[in-house]
Amino acid sequence: MKPFPYLRPKTVAEAIGMAADDPGARYIAGGTNLIDLMKRGIASPTKLIDINHLPLKKIEHRYDRLRIGALALNSDVAIHKAVVTRQPLLAQALLAGASGQLRNMATIGGNLLQRTRCSYFYDLALPCNKRKPGTGCGAEGGINRTHAIFFAGNGFGGIEKSSCLAVHPSDMCVALTAVDTVVVVNGRDGERRIQMKDFLRLSTQQPELDTNLGPGELVTAIEVLDNAFAKHSHYLKVRDRASYAFALVSVAAALQMDGGRIWDARMALGGVAHKPWRYWAIDLMLRGQVPSEKLFREVAEHEMESAKATEQNAFKIKLTSNAIVAALKTAAGIS
Amino acid sequence: MDTDHDAIPPDAPDEDRRFFLKQSMFIAGLSMAPADFLQTAQALEDAPTGNAVKVRLSLTINGKRRRISIDPRMTLLDLLRENLGLTGTKKGCDFGQCGACTVHIDGRRTLSCLTFAVMQHGAKVTTIEGLSEGEKLHPLQEAFIKHDGFQCGYCTPGQVMSGVACIREGHAGSAEEVREYMSGNLCRCGAYPNIVDAILEVKKEGSKV
Repeated sequence: MKPFPYLRPKTVAEAIGMAADDPGARYIAGGTNLIDLMKRGIASPTKLIDINHLPLKKIEHRYDRLRIGALALNSDVAIHKAVVTRQPLLAQALLAGASGQLRNMATIGGNLLQRTRCSYFYDLALPCNKRKPGTGCGAEGGINRTHAIFFAGNGFGGIEKSSCLAVHPSDMCVALTAVDTVVVVNGRDGERRIQMKDFLRLSTQQPELDTNLGPGELVTAIEVLDNAFAKHSHYLKVRDRASYAFALVSVAAALQMDGGRIWDARMALGGVAHKPWRYWAIDLMLRGQVPSEKLFREVAEHEMESAKATEQNAFKIKLTSNAIVAALKTAAGIS
Repeated sequence: MDTDHDAIPPDAPDEDRRFFLKQSMFIAGLSMAPADFLQTAQALEDAPTGNAVKVRLSLTINGKRRRISIDPRMTLLDLLRENLGLTGTKKGCDFGQCGACTVHIDGRRTLSCLTFAVMQHGAKVTTIEGLSEGEKLHPLQEAFIKHDGFQCGYCTPGQVMSGVACIREGHAGSAEEVREYMSGNLCRCGAYPNIVDAILEVKKEGSKV
């Protein structure tokens, strides 16, 4: 590991100042992803800015939204009363991720900024457009069982437009993509608010960039807007073992129901794309409908028409379809 | 090496003298330093920051306050094992995948391989060595022996530290819950059923953990 100066700012302004004009500087909070990457030589910060002592840990409900400080721990957020009652989908997704020890270390801001666990990204001997732009994608024609099946938006499923087949590893981000969420960031030019759908990037251009954060910008909070999905939401995660594994496929499903009918619906899929994949048409397809397995099957198969498998992950298309049906049934409370 | 010291004595090991010299030269050079480095030097007063080869920190390990100077790249796990001789905490994968290095930091179970020791300045750390009271084993350690919760024993310190936290967190209500909340601790010998039994028994008996 390359040596680095270690800095400990006390205010957000001081932290941003330390990162200014040094593109190699990195903020560190829980460290569960960054230290892993530093040990392997994938990340080599020129300066490590320890932000753990900034006042960004608060979880509170204000006006029409739940505001969660970037340094709130995954374990604390998952059991916080306001989260459990108002945004149970987020609580479920957090508890589906990592282990008890990691959730005690990992922060909300760090979870947003997690890097892919693609084995080609991790192997310094092999090509990877994300780690070293222009070297190619090892997963294309390689071992791609766990890789993406959605690429550049509905109707543009072909992989010829993408230079990276990696998937986003976070469970939390799938839940936050399904419901309306704002990421609050601070930089030299002050505060900026980014919609969650615009925060993470697809891999069609510059796959080395996971997010639309500007240089030196610091995530300070997320805000989850109030919604009417608390009674009918479900996070379903399918993985190779029962616990402590990244998702092969996951589904965040949220329904608003009244009088036996669905009046609003949101969905995002994990493990299938470079960022959590929002199923944009689902509210139009389900609004006013009576929930049934047949309806949910139609809805699932409609979205999967734009999926495209690579050599080893054709199973994911059927798996995602089944997972969508199962998650919707649980959310709607039908058997 | 005695790492529990306030000032550097004249007969200190070379390593400490080098650190002291570097610090002196660093401070002497401040009059010419840009503002960025001045800020760093001021912060040295109370926090272990800087671009020196070694930084100083203070933390409480198993109830004992330690003042240590280390390379900022050193993980808490390596500090415990290599510098302090607390080898009960095990290095399994060193990448946060196995749980063998589990310790409690300020009462929470965490992975000591995925945190730099400097980040834990001021923290209270409990390792497996701090769990028993002298010769008297912790109830979960007794239960591991009774239920044969291990074969080779390498994952056991991490399993025990994680198991104690699992009970304290209130996540030992059923075998299913224990398996879910203990999933961050791998056991290649496959002692899982016995580990679950040990945790459930301690929880059921209601002994103070």
